[in-house]
Amino acid sequence: MPRDTLTGTRIRERRTALGLKQAALAEAAGISASYLNLIEHNRRRIGGKLLLSIARVLEVEPSALVEGAEAALLSALREAAAARPDLKAELERIDEFAGRFPGWAALLAESRKRIDALERTVETLTDRLTHDPHLAAALHDMLSTVTSIRSTAGILAETREIEPEWQDRFHRNINEDARRLAESSTALVRYLDSADSEANLTSPQEEVEAFLEENAYHFPALEEGALTADQVVEGTDALTTASSRNTIRQYLRRYARDAGRIPMATLMEFVRAKGFDPSGLARAFDAPLGSALHRLATLPPAAGLGPLGLVICDASGTMLFRKPLDEFPLPRFGAACALWPLFTALTRPAQPVYRIVEQSAREARRFETFSIAELTGGMRFGDVARIEAVMLFRPSFESGPVTTGHAPVPIGVSCRICVREGCSARREPSVLTEGL
Amino acid sequence: MGKRVLVIEDEPNITEAINFFLSRDGWEVFTHSNGHDALQAVARRAPDLLILDVMLPGKSGYEILRELRDTADWKHLPVLMLTARGQARDREMARAAGASRFMTKPFSNAEILEAVRELVDS
Repeated sequence: MPRDTLTGTRIRERRTALGLKQAALAEAAGISASYLNLIEHNRRRIGGKLLLSIARVLEVEPSALVEGAEAALLSALREAAAARPDLKAELERIDEFAGRFPGWAALLAESRKRIDALERTVETLTDRLTHDPHLAAALHDMLSTVTSIRSTAGILAETREIEPEWQDRFHRNINEDARRLAESSTALVRYLDSADSEANLTSPQEEVEAFLEENAYHFPALEEGALTADQVVEGTDALTTASSRNTIRQYLRRYARDAGRIPMATLMEFVRAKGFDPSGLARAFDAPLGSALHRLATLPPAAGLGPLGLVICDASGTMLFRKPLDEFPLPRFGAACALWPLFTALTRPAQPVYRIVEQSAREARRFETFSIAELTGGMRFGDVARIEAVMLFRPSFESGPVTTGHAPVPIGVSCRICVREGCSARREPSVLTEGL
Repeated sequence: MGKRVLVIEDEPNITEAINFFLSRDGWEVFTHSNGHDALQAVARRAPDLLILDVMLPGKSGYEILRELRDTADWKHLPVLMLTARGQARDREMARAAGASRFMTKPFSNAEILEAVRELVDS
């Protein structure tokens, strides 16, 4: 039988680490030891209540036992394989590879990431040489000066019986050109040094993500009104490009606006009393639902709501904010799966959209999603409406038929690394020829 | 007097050097330093050969050359183009605009002299 994901392996490892007998875990989880044995050898799938009870006995989050932290690694490995389809990496054994050789797998994924970054740097530098008007003008100026020096020096060296006044004149010209050359070459080096930050190995998008992750998506200074969004951006050295600074500035303005609508202290009180209740939160604060979704997703972990991911896009589908989950990777480049409820929400502005979605993977992972598209910014007569959609998502541990009456929507991350066959929303063929 | 060469180049020291060694070689040299009224300069000096820089203030060498080639009097004027860029694309642009020869900076005096002699003799 094809090798399944390694949930069972992780259960066995965790049980062994705790010094727990197989029979003891089976009894505590209410199943037979032989059935647990099958699970531990990845011969039976596991989900729902059984997963929850085994996770409870093993004192871990259920997400740590399912695909969990490996999902991002697997996604990176698939991208690495997609970059070189000619090498025919054994995609059907990708789980086994990541599970048995996690260090090598991480090294491969990181190397691919590094290659991507270097390729972008080369593109940036090539683009600069070709299109940067300042650089082109500086090089032209230098070459003209060198030409002048070469030509004048040639005259002085090769011309017999040159009149003293011409000799003096050419000496002056060479001196003048040499000084110009020194100045222009110094200026060029200074320009390239100052522009280094714009062409470093990190893309603006990666800088934005690193900045948000470093702050755990939470900005106390904005919560307290101690700083404005612009002051936060000005006060950090982590954002080195104009593009990343602009993206974060826009996002933090939204953050500050939503924090004003739903202040932290009262938000925590609401969460303690009601738990996870996005629409109740919006009603309680008379705030747009999108603001409530955003506030929930950017709560500190201490709020105890578990993992919550969030993605915000504009009407063109361009992602403006991404808070991925390990189990729900978001595409680093290119467009996302068109079947995400985020995009459904764009088609029906102001109408909340609740969907359970199932990621394309061997052991389908389910998520609850809460989406809404709302008008953004003030409107004047004659304006074109600007709409942004927000989707909050969190793992759903239901397996089998769902009990909420919502059939799961099959989705992927992006077409290139999705193997769903016969998908009506497919834009481009998958580079993964094998099933996941 | 020798044959007439017009040098349209905005870098005065390059212009002066070309002027000097071409004059020593017996050519009658005229110079001009911008693209705005380059066509008028050509009409006024009626050269046997034009040395034309690509990057000029006011109008590029390519534009000047295209306009020259659209003028019956200058359709066959030998034109030596000078540029700081030597990429294939630049050579192609110069050829398409009607350049007789294309020379990349920095050039040597001997190269210019040789090209000027060949172009006028042909």
